[in-house]
Amino acid sequence: MAKLKYALYTGCTARESTPELLMSTLAVAKKLDIELVLLDEASCCGASHLQDFDDFLSLVLNARNICYAEKQELNMVTICNTCQLNTVMTKERLDRDEDLKSQVNEKLAEVGLEYQGTSSVRHFLYAIIDDYGLDKLAEKVVKPLDDFNIAAFYGCHNIRPSHLHRKHNAVETDVGEGGGEEGFENVELMSKYNSGENPYNPTSLDRIIDALRGKSVDYESKNKCCGFHADLQAPHTAHKLTGTALLDAIDNNADMMVTPCPLCHLNMDVKQDSVAKEMGRDIKLPILHLPQLIGLALGIDPQELGLQHNVSEPTFA
Amino acid sequence: MSSERITKKLTFKTFRFNAETDFLPYFKTYEMEVGKDELVLDILNRIKWEFDGSFSYRRSCRHGICGSCSIKVNGKPVLSCKQNVWELVDIFETDTLLLEPQSRKRVVKDMIIDKKDFWDKHAELKPYLVAEIDEHPKEEIKVSPHEAEQLLEADYCIQCGNCYYACPAVEVNEKYFGPAQFAKAYRFNADVRDNAKQERLEKVREMGPGVWDCVKCFECAEACPKDVDPIEKITKLHNQIFEEGLAQDNVATRHAVGFKHSIVKHGLLDEGELVRYSEGTLGVMKHLPEAIAMFKKGKIVMPWNMPKSKNLDEIKTLVKSSSKVKF
Ligand code: SF4
Ligand code: SF4
Ligand code: SF4
Ligand code: FES
Repeated sequence: MAKLKYALYTGCTARESTPELLMSTLAVAKKLDIELVLLDEASCCGASHLQDFDDFLSLVLNARNICYAEKQELNMVTICNTCQLNTVMTKERLDRDEDLKSQVNEKLAEVGLEYQGTSSVRHFLYAIIDDYGLDKLAEKVVKPLDDFNIAAFYGCHNIRPSHLHRKHNAVETDVGEGGGEEGFENVELMSKYNSGENPYNPTSLDRIIDALRGKSVDYESKNKCCGFHADLQAPHTAHKLTGTALLDAIDNNADMMVTPCPLCHLNMDVKQDSVAKEMGRDIKLPILHLPQLIGLALGIDPQELGLQHNVSEPTFA
Repeated sequence: MSSERITKKLTFKTFRFNAETDFLPYFKTYEMEVGKDELVLDILNRIKWEFDGSFSYRRSCRHGICGSCSIKVNGKPVLSCKQNVWELVDIFETDTLLLEPQSRKRVVKDMIIDKKDFWDKHAELKPYLVAEIDEHPKEEIKVSPHEAEQLLEADYCIQCGNCYYACPAVEVNEKYFGPAQFAKAYRFNADVRDNAKQERLEKVREMGPGVWDCVKCFECAEACPKDVDPIEKITKLHNQIFEEGLAQDNVATRHAVGFKHSIVKHGLLDEGELVRYSEGTLGVMKHLPEAIAMFKKGKIVMPWNMPKSKNLDEIKTLVKSSSKVKF
């Protein structure tokens, strides 16, 4: 297999309040021999809030981000659910609407760029499953996580809306080696090879936990919302949603929680004390970013994975 | 080809409760052979006809029109008369399906719930055309195809409530209007014949019941059997609030606008500055304990270390030329 190479759109959070996400992503990529080219030119995706204020501006900025991946002829990977969704929402609208695309390109021309629609945009999690492969990942495990019950928290924007998930996160073209023509036409076979998942019963994170030989926790809140996007305007709503998910995981014997979204992570990791007050119960649960979990199983040094930056201290590492 | 009918043996764990006679709800289990074309509504009928005549649920049209037959199966909101059962077996990879009402806390009997709050909130947003109608018009009111398209299919809503009872904001905030209600407000706000846009916007801009309390989870978009996509309409309502100059100066509007301020300065979001700008200098105090915890863990970037996007001048140019909305 040729070396995997992607343009990495880090988003803002990984460069500010969750430095451990960027550290662990780069460490895991290095270990798996995946090349990530950082898109340092990229701006904020607007996180759905700029979209509430100035929709057109958000389209132009997100299109510009994608341009930088296209210029290098690389597919883009993201490490934040909300970046993922806002980027593919832009992509989807521009790819479907020539008129809108030319309006956006008219602006981009002012800075010498043009959006074409040639790069795919996926969360890194799905690139690991579909392009790298869970079997190969399992082979690299040196510290199996078999002592731990791990609660997967999926985060909304990777799995909903499902039509965008299926079209962008799940690769529907590559059935992998041995699939061939036949596999290609066999939808059932195809779904076994790719990460397309149903928002009412997502499995990707649980399959990764399985590959790392941990035990995944079965709990109802795994595909629910953490409330992050209303943190400031509606703190009670946000705290209740975060608290419900955390307590659900705890009540089902989770030793830790893992999430692919730094925003979910901020709510779950940093806010445990205020959430505990809202819920009237103690809450102590270590929360890991997905690449931190993978990195631990691959035997990467916890310092290199940035575990010292997690507020909910992962004492086991 | 074999004419043999292929079926699957399935178990339906079914929520039962009668508000008049029962203290607590309970579950009854029904087993049956289910064919590949059977719908959830067929199962509800069979429970009533083959097992227990007292089993209660709503249905009427059987054609996805009346919106009365919605329930939840394994937590997934479904319109019973449209949802194929084998598909659910596929999704959940199980032979046992849990049938329950859309909202347990609103149940009256078995699958039947009290939708009063749903309808009351609907009514509050004037879900009808408000217009001076000339009773003896000389010609019809013309709506161009382009104008009609602006409804974005919000008029397809059959008020089944799938989105509403799947909405986590509704679940924890009883004042919150709800996705179907906002979709309906948008439907009439987008209608060129309507005159109550401002009145509706003044309601939906309120903190608590209004659009700012949406957590953007997309559960509503996923739950809707008619592809109404309520969250898309909620975003449009946000946009209308700014476009019509009706945005109040509060933490929610400053939060949305703050993104632009940050992007033009750094390309990236200045997280600390966004919280300070949104909350105001006093409001920001309540985040102090978390800020301290984050600081100790190296999670707070100091203003002088704030990272910036490369080619920031491009971003400044684009913000200047592409941004039209004012606050
Ligand atoms: S779970 Fe929370 S942070 Fe994660 S995607 Fe949903 S709303 Fe955003
Ligand atoms: S996106 Fe908003 S309205 Fe829709 S279900 Fe989530 S919180 Fe409710
Ligand atoms: S928007 Fe969709 S899910 Fe919500 S009530 Fe209308 S038809 Fe049902
Ligand atoms: S019975 Fe009318 S919509 Fe299902």
